[in-house]
Amino acid sequence: MSAVPAAAPVGRRLFLVGALAVAAAALAFVAFGNIGDNLVYYWDVGQLKAAGDRAVGATVRLGGVVKPGSVQWQPDLNALAFEVTDGAITVPVQATGAPPQMFREGIGVVVEGTMTPGGTFTSSRLMVKHSNEYKAPEEGMSAEERTALYETVEGL
Amino acid sequence: MISLLGRAVVLVALAACGVGTVTGVVAAVRRSDEALVFTQRMAYVFGLGMILAALLMEYALFARDFSVSYVAEVGSRSTPAWVTAVSLWSSLDGSILLWGAVLGACAIGLVETTRGRYPRHTAWSLAVLLGVGVFFSFLVAGVANPFSPVSPVPDDGPGPNPLLQNHILMVIHPPMLYLGYVGMTVPFAMGSAALLAGSLDAAWVRLLRRWMLLPWGFLTAGIVLGGWWSYEVLGWGGWWAWDPVENASFMPWLTATAFVHSAIVMERKEQLKGWTLSLVLASFLLTLLGTFMTRSGVFNSVHSFTQSPIGPVFLGFLAFATLFSVVLMAARVDALLPAADDGAGPSSREGAFVLNNALFTAFTFTVLVGTVYPLLNEALTDTQISVGAPYFDKLTAPIGAAIVFLMGVGPALPWGRSAPAESLRRLALPAGLGVATVAAGLAFGLRDPWPLATYGLCAFAFVVTVQQLVDPARARAAARGEPLGQALWRVAVQARRRYGGYVVHIGVLVIAVAHVTATAYQQKHAVTFTQGQAATVDGYTLTYLGSEWQEQPHRRSMVARFQVQSDGEELGVVEPRLNHYKSMGTPIGTPEVRTGLDEDLYLSLVNVDPVAGTASLEVLVQPLVWWLWFGGALMALGTVVAGWPSRARPAAPKGA
Repeated sequence: MSAVPAAAPVGRRLFLVGALAVAAAALAFVAFGNIGDNLVYYWDVGQLKAAGDRAVGATVRLGGVVKPGSVQWQPDLNALAFEVTDGAITVPVQATGAPPQMFREGIGVVVEGTMTPGGTFTSSRLMVKHSNEYKAPEEGMSAEERTALYETVEGL
Repeated sequence: MISLLGRAVVLVALAACGVGTVTGVVAAVRRSDEALVFTQRMAYVFGLGMILAALLMEYALFARDFSVSYVAEVGSRSTPAWVTAVSLWSSLDGSILLWGAVLGACAIGLVETTRGRYPRHTAWSLAVLLGVGVFFSFLVAGVANPFSPVSPVPDDGPGPNPLLQNHILMVIHPPMLYLGYVGMTVPFAMGSAALLAGSLDAAWVRLLRRWMLLPWGFLTAGIVLGGWWSYEVLGWGGWWAWDPVENASFMPWLTATAFVHSAIVMERKEQLKGWTLSLVLASFLLTLLGTFMTRSGVFNSVHSFTQSPIGPVFLGFLAFATLFSVVLMAARVDALLPAADDGAGPSSREGAFVLNNALFTAFTFTVLVGTVYPLLNEALTDTQISVGAPYFDKLTAPIGAAIVFLMGVGPALPWGRSAPAESLRRLALPAGLGVATVAAGLAFGLRDPWPLATYGLCAFAFVVTVQQLVDPARARAAARGEPLGQALWRVAVQARRRYGGYVVHIGVLVIAVAHVTATAYQQKHAVTFTQGQAATVDGYTLTYLGSEWQEQPHRRSMVARFQVQSDGEELGVVEPRLNHYKSMGTPIGTPEVRTGLDEDLYLSLVNVDPVAGTASLEVLVQPLVWWLWFGGALMALGTVVAGWPSRARPAAPKGA
């Protein structure tokens, strides 16, 4: 291009850059401010317990094993209750709707929902794991191995 | 045999694009025609080589040649023909091969569309494109080699991921997205070429815009088809979940959409050049980011294949491409700066386009933050989180509403000047109809603010758009005494690009209304039946008739049969099912969807107990879902109209 670039007056350019920076900062502030309220935590039973009151109202994907002998399914009320355990600690879970086909005692599940003040976990989504065994995350596991624990077929 | 041949073809392609990258740079720097011709030949060798490699793999899949590693990984003797065909893109290595083949086709396309014109720009763009080609053919030849020989040769393979075998849309959705993703390489190469050559004239911009419209259209189709697939297959009754991988395809779509608009200003007014080019570069970088997220397994997703060594390599290339783009932009953009601002003012058409771009950029930024945040968080604190859909919904809804509003205001503003009084007069009728729509909604008892706002804004923008389509035809009909239909056709043919654009706008409005309505007025019920029992849900009476096993070579399905009645009218028997594949422990449902123009009945089988004679269903009734797909079709149609090559190239860009 042969035309000599005619730069805008310096003051105006500065103003433009400043305005853009302010807009971007405002957007970043709003975005990051909102993220904190809308996080989904991937916790196992121990982490859920450790979180205490923080778990109340927060969205949690709880991973664990369905405790044998704990499943109560009431078709007439559409109510499903069971306990999720990591072998040591258990958390009672309330869900609505029928259990998925493969759901059974001792199977690994990932339950999405939140903790109630009463100590019961209410589930909005119940996913049965690929493999029929669920292992709790262990110390020293890599992030990838932890991620694998939460793999489900229903995850998009 | 195929292993050897495939590997050889890929290596030839790799060599060709390596050499072509170098000769392309030489051709551009030395302005050598011979070097350019040689580079074009190398582009052909690369393109044909990569296409041939993909065809060889298809052949191996159909021949059930399990000595080829990729066939051993995803092939199976029991899969039907269409599943065998789509197996090419059902796993990591094959999908990279398909990527290479599409890039090869792009290289040939770039050669043919630039032949005989702008030699320096062409040379630079071929050098950049072939440079990207080096990376992908290197992947196919090395890290993700699908042609490795397998020994001993297995008798049979597991078949592709069952979720991908479950619906015929898998034939079309992934290739569309690939054409969109890979196609972004061409505008990237052309934009880089403009920066490297230090000039950007109207003709190159026109070609660049066309080359952007093509992948943009494929990306649009791919995204809509992906939503449709999710709806028909995954059984949760939705089409969009702000899944990282959906976002990955959505972000380049957003920046490319911004480009399509700012390019209009650039072409007409020689303004916004640097900005528009940065959108081109960003779109490409976002496709790389998307591919990295999709293909490296950093996210849990139906799209992410297993853990793969491809992740770090891809991240490295992404970093390199980003660095290249930033440095190029910083070093060369001054050469493209516009003459001077002509002071068109904020309420001119230019002002509306700038605002449009700001909104699309903010949209992209919001999605990017929510998508990448979990990765950064995990890298820094080693805790696992994801960002929930409410974040995206809350932040993007106002931006989306502002975009729809602008879609109505923009076309009514004049080019080159602010004329608030005149513009307001033109907008009075559409705005009045928008308000009337809200009033009608209130009168019908709607109280939710978002649907009401959406209907009002969409009605406003729709009326403006229809006026833009019809008014010129009316004027012509009056001036020439032609019938209105004929005048409309003539005007549309002449101003194809503008008319196509407005058809796309209408498609967007249809999708906006359908999406908001279906989401806001969805009814969801969980029902458990015993055999012979009937239950009424939202006006539909369902009777459970029983269940049976159906055997197919690649799967066995538990089929539950339900009789459906609505208002005493017999709607027939539906069969939602749970499919068991040999390679997966958990069954995968196929929901039964009864589609209607007004609403969909969506039945998802949760469990079947043949012993107790019970079956549990999740029943969803959602209004207007069909219109989502129809809106997508309108967008595709509009894109075809806008991008259709014209026979005679106009001397100067007139219609915008």
